[in-house]
Amino acid sequence: MTSTKEQSRGAAWLAALTAEGRPADGYPQTVRVVDGSLAGEPARYITVVPDAENPFPRVRNGEVGLIEGWTLARAVRETIAADAERATKRPIVAVIDVTSQAYGRREEAYGIHQALAGAAAAYADARLAGHPVIGLIVGKAMSGALLAHGYQANRLIALDDAGVMVHAMGKAAAARVTLRTVEELEALAATIPPMAYDINSFATLGLLWRLLHVERADAPTATDVDRVETCLVEALADIRADRRRDLSGRLKQSARRTSKEVRERLRAEWQEG
Amino acid sequence: MNCEELLQRTSFIELSARERARALLDAGSMRELIGPFERMVSPWLARQGVVTQADDGVVVAKGRIDREPAVVLAIEGAYQGGSMGEVGGAKIAGALELAAEDNRRGIPTRAVIVFETGGVRLQEANLGLAAIAEIHAAIVDLRRYQAVVGITAGTVGCFGGMSIAAGLCSHMIVTQEARLGLNGPAVIEQEAGIAEYDSRDRPFIWSFTGGEQRYRSKLADAYVDDDAHAIRETIRAALRAGAPARHRSDRHEDFLACLAAVDPTQQARPDAVRALYKEGL
Repeated sequence: MTSTKEQSRGAAWLAALTAEGRPADGYPQTVRVVDGSLAGEPARYITVVPDAENPFPRVRNGEVGLIEGWTLARAVRETIAADAERATKRPIVAVIDVTSQAYGRREEAYGIHQALAGAAAAYADARLAGHPVIGLIVGKAMSGALLAHGYQANRLIALDDAGVMVHAMGKAAAARVTLRTVEELEALAATIPPMAYDINSFATLGLLWRLLHVERADAPTATDVDRVETCLVEALADIRADRRRDLSGRLKQSARRTSKEVRERLRAEWQEG
Repeated sequence: MNCEELLQRTSFIELSARERARALLDAGSMRELIGPFERMVSPWLARQGVVTQADDGVVVAKGRIDREPAVVLAIEGAYQGGSMGEVGGAKIAGALELAAEDNRRGIPTRAVIVFETGGVRLQEANLGLAAIAEIHAAIVDLRRYQAVVGITAGTVGCFGGMSIAAGLCSHMIVTQEARLGLNGPAVIEQEAGIAEYDSRDRPFIWSFTGGEQRYRSKLADAYVDDDAHAIRETIRAALRAGAPARHRSDRHEDFLACLAAVDPTQQARPDAVRALYKEGL
């Protein structure tokens, strides 16, 4: 089920950004890896794609399950190993279009939390090793799936489009857990930005490096691809110019003042007076 | 544990987060940072009609363990299910970041995380998720220098993005009462249906995500009684042992090899998980 007609956003952007580059061999259907280039240097692009025939029933819609989590770890750690002796580490671009983590009995049984930890650790280690890691949100970026695929990036870029959303939990489940109706949840989300699902509300939280307008987020035009590529090149230069390899770049915007204040207070109190 | 031992022991589960932190640190060494009198509360809850708590449900306790500098990060499960909001999440991430910074300057500060959490606080949704990503980043940084030890004792257990944080720890300690898993039972039932996961069937849930099952299938490193003394000694031993040569999160080859042997057309069974990981990990 990988006909171009039903191509997911992640697959469409992966192909567009790598000039239809051939996916690396030996990967499962759900994790697509292309060794392309960025700003004239080699770069690894990774995305998760839906697989309607997947043997694991709970990962057929682009979710990140057990195999996906560990395979993302593999794709990233291969890159770390390949560049271990090189002074300049190649960039890794996580093209993000993930419905959610997989919700299922098999997944809990075999430790999906550990699989997602595998992916998060690999991306974090790549960043610490000096690989510029860029997260490009082109579709859904939900919850544990985002934690595993993209949230460890040095810089986050999102497309400004109604189909792009970031959240911790789907609406029905979030309503159930917080003992609210979906309508109540939506009413609150309209006034409390961190609870909203849309990318414009997310952009006000100060976590994105850039929010990019495109014409066709689901089937990028040549202009769209150009715009995103230019932004990726800028992100790469910005990361390389930054000596820090942590996520402190995400604390710069004024919307993060509370998170920053907590850190400042901790630092002030850290050493015994 | 026999009757006499049960009467003698101090339950860890019954302790508050603050008492747990004190129980883990060397006697008299605890100093709380951003304590409740600073009233650093969530800026998001009051406007939703939810009562705030003066420490936002997270205790940052500096002190010593085995006379070495240490920080204990204890989550209060009794407040909002131990959920991670902007302030509580930043307290944990920020303290771990400072511990890593200490190590880079030659001060061997270690960290212990007491997980009692349902994951992201949905009233602060995206800010909780962002804070959890920062906690992940900080654990991966710190564990390059020191073992990061996690424990989930119950009764809340450890779920959501914080279960991923547990999966990043160098050593993970569990009790019989604890559960460790990505998705809470009610959420799985909501998303996948009751046939997939019955959130009211407690023995079923514990058989997959309970502490004993996680330990027997090598997804946790130690399985302890609900005894504050035993837990304190287990944590000390884990810190003394240091970080493993290879963290569990870094064993993708082993896990992928194990999972290749799973028949996904069959529903999972606890004994099959134990057998597979016992052999392959």
